[in-house]
Amino acid sequence: MGRRFFFASERLGHAFLRAKALPYVVPAWMTTMHESGRESNGAEVVMSAEAIGAAVARMAVEIVSAHTHREAALLGILRRGRPLADRLAQEIEALTGEGPKVGSLATTLYRDDLRTGKSAVGTGRGETHFDFDVDGAWVVLVDDVLNSGRTVRAALDEVMDYGRPARIQLACLIDRGLRELPIRADYLGKSIETQPDDHVAVHLAEVDGEDVVLLHRTQRIEE
Amino acid sequence: MAVANTVAWRRRHLVTMEDLFREEIELILDTAPQFLAVQKRESGIKKVPLLQGRLVVNLFLEPSTRTRISFELAAKRLSADTLTITTSGSSAVKGESLHDTLANIEAMHSDIVVIRSRFAGAPAILTHRHTSRIINAGDGSHEHPTQALLDAFTIRQHVRAQRDDPGAGLDGLRVAIIGDIAHSRVARSNIWCLTKLGASVVVCGPRTLLPPKIERMGVDVTSDLREAMKGADVVYALRIQLERQAQSLFPSLREYIRLFRVDSESLKVAPENALVMHPGPINRDIELAADVADGPRSVILEQVSNGVAIRMAIMHLLANSGPEE
Repeated sequence: MGRRFFFASERLGHAFLRAKALPYVVPAWMTTMHESGRESNGAEVVMSAEAIGAAVARMAVEIVSAHTHREAALLGILRRGRPLADRLAQEIEALTGEGPKVGSLATTLYRDDLRTGKSAVGTGRGETHFDFDVDGAWVVLVDDVLNSGRTVRAALDEVMDYGRPARIQLACLIDRGLRELPIRADYLGKSIETQPDDHVAVHLAEVDGEDVVLLHRTQRIEE
Repeated sequence: MAVANTVAWRRRHLVTMEDLFREEIELILDTAPQFLAVQKRESGIKKVPLLQGRLVVNLFLEPSTRTRISFELAAKRLSADTLTITTSGSSAVKGESLHDTLANIEAMHSDIVVIRSRFAGAPAILTHRHTSRIINAGDGSHEHPTQALLDAFTIRQHVRAQRDDPGAGLDGLRVAIIGDIAHSRVARSNIWCLTKLGASVVVCGPRTLLPPKIERMGVDVTSDLREAMKGADVVYALRIQLERQAQSLFPSLREYIRLFRVDSESLKVAPENALVMHPGPINRDIELAADVADGPRSVILEQVSNGVAIRMAIMHLLANSGPEE
């Protein structure tokens, strides 16, 4: 290993680059840059993979401590709420030794924007599926982004068509504000301020191949 | 946000399969499974609020039980208000024209009108003068598009299960349609639908019940039942309309049974896993042997369950998408 330094200077450069890619060599200022820095294409990294992992772990602890008497049943809102629900279930299992029940909610059939005829009727998000009884259950809805609150409203209606849960709570990775309904998250990864025409993109390894939350800000003329 | 489906539904009416593009047919078939799941809910409410507050009028001017209750149930499962008008209870018997009947229904602000008529082309004509969304539930011996869609859906469901491939389609399948092709709107709609989805179709029946130049629709034609069944993935028996027997289109029922009945004997020519289908109502032991109709290859009752889901999908697409005019 050390002998390489004697042979060619570019070897040194190469080894240095490789070392930089390792997380423990990255200086602290670079990590902070990565967490809330600006990418070259203008998108802001709101949460890194590490931040997402830490947020999920913390939310799992909160869910466990709120469910000492009764087990939680997680319902992930498709698409990205489901992998998040699976991760929460894994963390909860690591904490308590018992994994909660997990299911998926499509919510497409309960959306309130369909009758306007202005939004496309979608088929591709997958179907509602869970194999447990929600009657009397303590349900935690899981979604990636909390925005207007309308998706959660649809999810509430859908769950209640299946039965009468004793309690329904909400877990979200990102709260971007701009609520249109009186809904809030009981377990929250991170809260950010956004404008209506900004775009928050949650990427999860299970769906998109990597873990990152990006904020694409629409260019505005500064006043 | 990226939406997985690429086609947007733009039609106001569903009148014929002849009009539809392959992509539109596939969109309907892809929209249906979620509605199948709604009906299979074990606990809770077996309906969704997609058509809440909308009025669906079923105008059935020809006898029908299966199709009528299927449409009625589909509308109710979508939370629509429904009205059903049948021949005996309608002013049509008092001499009111179809245009007038529909104009009166529309004066009550209907959103979707489902029409079953014995006149070929009646639903198509009505679309020109009225604003409701019109669904053809069978017009004379012209077309019965929702039947063809539920049949294609049933076939696709089984192909996907057999091949263990959730994306499999009907490409390369062979479907044998047997019976009274000439008077069958089910046959006509199915031929359009199946060939557009990439399946090959062979029609089989007595010469008098095969319309001339039917091969122009892109199907094979034969009067030999065994030849039709050879290599068929789906055997589709049509109802012999006994009421037409008076027209002496074939010499005797006994001869028809001997030559064209789908039974365990004639099915031996078809592949082991061939599906047996029938649009109903069945004349048991005439076009289809009772033991086959109740046997393991028969998917006839699945056709009925799928029919409600397909009709829910169509009503949802017609009512909830496309620009308002």
